Amino acid sequence: MNTIIEGAFKAFELLTSGDSDVFQVMTMTLFVSGTATAISVLLGLPLGLWLALVDFIGKQTLTSLINFGMGLPPVVVGLFVSMFLWRSGPLGNLDLIYTPIAMIVAQTIIAFPIVTGFSFAAIISINPKLRWRLLSMGATQWQANWLLIKEARLGLMAAIMAGFGRVISEVGASMMVGGNIKGQTRVLTTAIVTEVGKGNYDVAMAIAYILLIITYTVIVLLTILQHDKKIL
Amino acid sequence: MINHRALRHRYLVILVAILCISFGSIFNQEPTFGQSSGSKNVIVAMTTSIEDSGLLDDLVPAIEKKTGYRLKKVAVGTGQALALAEKGEVDALFVNSPKAERKVLEGGAVINRHLVMHNDFVIVGPDADKAKIRGKKNAVEAFSLIAKNQALFVSRGDDSGTNKLEKDLWKQANVTPSGTWYQQTGSGMAETLQVANQKLGYTLADRATYIFQQKNLSLPVLVQGDKKLLNLYHVMEVNSKKYPRVNSAGAKAFINFVLSPEGQTIIAAHGKKEFKQPLFYVDAGKTEKDYGF
Repeated sequence: MNTIIEGAFKAFELLTSGDSDVFQVMTMTLFVSGTATAISVLLGLPLGLWLALVDFIGKQTLTSLINFGMGLPPVVVGLFVSMFLWRSGPLGNLDLIYTPIAMIVAQTIIAFPIVTGFSFAAIISINPKLRWRLLSMGATQWQANWLLIKEARLGLMAAIMAGFGRVISEVGASMMVGGNIKGQTRVLTTAIVTEVGKGNYDVAMAIAYILLIITYTVIVLLTILQHDKKIL
Repeated sequence: MINHRALRHRYLVILVAILCISFGSIFNQEPTFGQSSGSKNVIVAMTTSIEDSGLLDDLVPAIEKKTGYRLKKVAVGTGQALALAEKGEVDALFVNSPKAERKVLEGGAVINRHLVMHNDFVIVGPDADKAKIRGKKNAVEAFSLIAKNQALFVSRGDDSGTNKLEKDLWKQANVTPSGTWYQQTGSGMAETLQVANQKLGYTLADRATYIFQQKNLSLPVLVQGDKKLLNLYHVMEVNSKKYPRVNSAGAKAFINFVLSPEGQTIIAAHGKKEFKQPLFYVDAGKTEKDYGF
C-alpha cells in the first residue's frame, strides 16, 4: 500500500526535478509509439475506408484477416519481427535489431489492424443511404467520401486512440526487438520491468504513474479533437 | 463553430509539437540512430543479474569513454545469451554458467574466454524452514531435504545460469523435481525471489540479486558457503571467423576493458557504497582451475 503512494510522490519528484534519464525514456516512448501510430493511421485509415466503400472479390476474407489482426499478441509480433531483423534473418543486413526503428516496425504491425478495423467499422456504421444521397445531389466520388469521413469522425478518432493506447502500453514486442537498452531503446513499459528486476518497486510505480499521465494527456488531446467543444 | 475549430487546431498543434519535441530530442541523443552493429557498436548479451545489480551502469560510461565504442547490452538468461552467440547475433558475452559455456566454446562459436569475477549462490527460504536446512554446509543435502519434505521450491525454470546450477544440484541429489511442491516461474531472478517470498518457498539465488532485493524480501539465507555454490562470471568473444558480421574489434575492446585494472577496480567497488559490501569479487588473470574446476 505504501509503495502505491510513495510511487506517486516519486513520480512527481522525477517529473519536477527534470531527471534526464526519465525524460529520455519519456521522449523515446512518445517517439516510438507516436510514430508507429502515425504510420498506422496513414496506412490504416485509407484501407479501412476502401474496405467500407468498395466491393470486390475476397473482401470478406480481407476483413476477417484485419479483424484477426486486431487481436495479434504483441509478443508473437515481437518474435516474428526479431526473426526477420536478426543478423541471420532475411533482413539482417539492415542492422535494425535493437534500434528504435525495429520497435516502430513491431508496434506498427500491432496498431495497423486496429486502426484499420475501427475505421472500417466507423464508416460502415453510417447510414449507407447517405453516400447515395450525396452522389445523387451532385457530389463527386471524392466529395462524397470526404463528407463520409467527416461524418464518421468520432469513430475514426476512436480508431486512432485505440491504436495508440495499444502500442504505448505494450511491453513484450518492445522488449524483444528493442532489447530494453538504457539510453537507446528503453521505453516506459520496459523501464518498469527493469526497475522491478532491480527490486525498486517505488521507482517502478513512479514510472507507471508517468506512463498513465502521458497516455491520459495524449488521449485527452485526441478526445478534444474528436469533439467540437472543449470537454475539460 | 469557428471558435471551436480554432480551438481544435490549437490542440492539433500541441499534439504535433509533442511528437516533434520527441523527434528532436531523440535525434540529438542518437548520433548512430538506426544501426546496431556498425563498427562503433558492440552488442553484449549478459545475464540478468549483471543488469539488475546495476554493474554495467557503472562500467558502460567508462568503457565508452576509453574505447570509443557504443555498448548495447542485452540482458537475458545465460541460456538465451549462449543461443544468441551460437547464431552470431551478438558480439560478446558476459555470463555465468561455466559448464554450458565450455560446450559453446568447444563448438567454436565463441573464443577468447576469460574469468572476470565471482560471487556465490545462496539457498534462501522461509524463516519457519519446514525442510530444516538452515546452516547446512552441503547444498546437495539441503536439496534432498527440501524434496523429502515436499517443501515448496520455486525454480526460475528459464535455462539461465542459476537454473542450470539448480538442475545440476537436483541431479546430484538424485531427485527429479516434480509435483506441486516444485514450481517454475519462467522468469528472472528478481521475479522468482518475489514469488518465493509471497508463497513462502525455497529458492536458489545469486547473492548480488538477493542483496539487491533484500528490502522487498522476508526470506533469510539458509545455506551458503558450499564450493558448489560458487558463481563464476566469464566474458567471451563471439567467433568472427564463423560469423563474419560480428564486431570482433569491439568485442575485444570490451573484454580487454573489463579485465584491465581500471575495469576490475570498478567491479570491485560496485555495491560497496550502497550495501556496505561488494557484490562481486574480481578474478582477472585467474582461471576456473584456481577454483578446482
